[in-house]
Amino acid sequence: MNPTGSIRRRMTISLALVAALLSLLSWSMVASFARQAAERTQDNILAASATIIAEAIRSEGGEVRLELPYAAFAMLGAVSEDRVFYQIETAGEILTGYEDLTTGSIAPAAGEVRFETTEYLDVPLRMVRMTRTVLAGEEAVPVTVSLAQTRNGIGTIAGDLSETAAALSVAFFVLAVALTGFVAQLSLRPLNELAQAVARRGPTDLRPVRRQAPSELTPLIGSLNRFMERLAGSLRRSEEFIAEAAHRVRTPLATVRAQAEVALHGAQSHDDKQRLRQMIRAIDESSRSAGQLLDHATVAYRIEDLSRDTINLAELAASVAAALEPTAGLKDIEIRLETSDVATLGDKVLLESALRNVLDNAIKYSPDETQISLTVDQQGDMACLRICDQGPGLAGQSTTDLTKRFARGATVTDVVGSGLGLTIASEVLQAHGGGIELADNPKGQGACAILTLPKA
Amino acid sequence: MRYSDIAKGLILAVWASALPALEVEDRKSYPGEGGAMISVLSTADLDVFEPFIRQFQQDQPAIGVDYTVASSTEIYAAITEGMKFDIVLSSAMDLQFQLANDGYAQAYGSDATARLPDWAQWRDLVFAFTSEPAVAVISRERFSGIDLPATRQELISILRDYPERFDQSVGTYDVRTSGLGYLFATQEARNSDVFWRLSEVIGRLQPRLYCCSAQMIDDVISGELAIAYNVLGSYAERRRTQEGGDRMEILQLEDFGNNMLRTALIPRTAENVTGAGAFLDALILAGLAEEQTWAFPPLQPHARQGTPEFGPIRLGPALMVHLDPLTRRAFLSSWEDAMEQE
Repeated sequence: MNPTGSIRRRMTISLALVAALLSLLSWSMVASFARQAAERTQDNILAASATIIAEAIRSEGGEVRLELPYAAFAMLGAVSEDRVFYQIETAGEILTGYEDLTTGSIAPAAGEVRFETTEYLDVPLRMVRMTRTVLAGEEAVPVTVSLAQTRNGIGTIAGDLSETAAALSVAFFVLAVALTGFVAQLSLRPLNELAQAVARRGPTDLRPVRRQAPSELTPLIGSLNRFMERLAGSLRRSEEFIAEAAHRVRTPLATVRAQAEVALHGAQSHDDKQRLRQMIRAIDESSRSAGQLLDHATVAYRIEDLSRDTINLAELAASVAAALEPTAGLKDIEIRLETSDVATLGDKVLLESALRNVLDNAIKYSPDETQISLTVDQQGDMACLRICDQGPGLAGQSTTDLTKRFARGATVTDVVGSGLGLTIASEVLQAHGGGIELADNPKGQGACAILTLPKA
Repeated sequence: MRYSDIAKGLILAVWASALPALEVEDRKSYPGEGGAMISVLSTADLDVFEPFIRQFQQDQPAIGVDYTVASSTEIYAAITEGMKFDIVLSSAMDLQFQLANDGYAQAYGSDATARLPDWAQWRDLVFAFTSEPAVAVISRERFSGIDLPATRQELISILRDYPERFDQSVGTYDVRTSGLGYLFATQEARNSDVFWRLSEVIGRLQPRLYCCSAQMIDDVISGELAIAYNVLGSYAERRRTQEGGDRMEILQLEDFGNNMLRTALIPRTAENVTGAGAFLDALILAGLAEEQTWAFPPLQPHARQGTPEFGPIRLGPALMVHLDPLTRRAFLSSWEDAMEQE
């Protein structure tokens, strides 16, 4: 399955983009405010200096006189290292200063303070102009003070503030991205939890999901539950079908076998007897396979709703051994019971079926005139059933391989079997919280099947 | 640049030296091993500066130095007229500042300029490399029997008490012709109200007016002058170690002291900017040196012990105030009223 991108990444990226946009916006706003503030400061200082100069203008003997106040220029120099230009003009005549500083600009009216952004000597300037009326003799003369400064100081201040703002914006952005990742994780947590809960389920657990989940996940859970319901139904139907089929095959087989027995008794020639015996054996195998299929279906069906009765394993072992005594007897195999009283909680039918299949397997793969031991004891919290034969052993194959459905051991090519027996046992024991393990017989030839179950 | 024409015209007219070409006081060439040459225009006397040039050429043998001495006003005029020099050194920091403000200087930056304190440079255009106090120099002989004055107020009292002894024996700058004298006078007038009273008292004694520190100090040593007021401390210190130096005494008055910054700038018209930069770096490093290695006092005031500390004259647009023709006219008129009382 190829994922088409990640929700978390998509969320993180889109939120980060939003954060970046906001950071950029806030930076440009702060930078522009800083520039405005710096410009206003320069304007104020220029205006203050120009006012000091204008106040120093006086008339003496009908002539306009001026001594530039030191403070006015010292103030400009104290704030920034900007170049300073000035001009004092009275009624169209330049009194002092830089003559062409104000070319193209009309002097402001008396009392007016005007700021201009202009250029002089190829440098951008900020200039303040103000006019004051001075009484020279009997005549009122307007005197215009123009004071200009380059804008490096502003640039430096605005640049510094803009840099600080940029650093803050970057920090803000980084924080926002980190939070975004966190938020994405938080938002997706219910989804991940749901996925984990479903993944944790056993292979046969098809119960509906009953979890508290955010409303956005309800449709997903609903669909999942409906799907699992359908799956469970279809599984049940197929098991029922198999059980039905096996049942329907077994009954006629029994009739055929009975007829074959009768025929065997009546047969005269050695060849006929031999043929009939083979026939009976084949019928037995078919019947056994059908029985196992039926068992398997029963197991699958009963595991869904496992009952929990107290079961004495010693009694169980004895009854199963007794039931298989005739089969063993056919091959002169002796089943030796060594049991102690251990109880477990579970479904008696299923556990009987499991043990019967394992024991049946052991009988099937044991050579004639051997022994099979069936031991019941306990190890710690677990009850332990050990079935050991003197057959060909496992030849290095693992429990997992051998308990797969329809899998058959490498050493049994000459024996007819369906391979379902161990699968049934394994499923039953797992459903009871136990397990099955196969090992070579530690006491010599043969194999051992060890069935473990939790003690009651 | 019509303003500069006006300003220059006014300034030169007042100094009565409106010559079209540079009036050179002294000039010497120190050829280097390479072809490179830097032309230096300076107010500092050649004999004062020669050791530094020799040292510079030892470190930079490839660079030749063409050293021209002129007055500070001549230098200002030369640069505004567009004469080509690679580096300009001047004791008139106001004129140097005006050049930079009006766009005649070019920016320069190096490791050496970065080591200068903020007050010793302006916009990477003007760089200070010495800090030199204005002092009074007196003749021991002419002051015999009189307690040496510690403040201007005491100096005024002494001059009043012995009018016949000091008649025609007080020397000071003619601020109309000396840029440095004008700078010292305007700064002192701004900082201390005693200045005008002292000027009045000196004016009554028929003072002798000079263009330059060196001549004033020589006249004190010869006994022609009893006191020279407002001379360059660096010149006085150097002269004291020479012949007849024991006949004079240097007074640093305690009530106020001017500290002038000798400054350098690289004109916009400079042709060998690299060489000029190397020369400027060497100047700054010599000025910043802990040990005094040359004729000039160090830039950092903490190196000078035992004198009252007054900060250097601020390198800033306020220096332009007294260069303004109107303001200058007003100041000179007051000064003339005080000094010429016949």
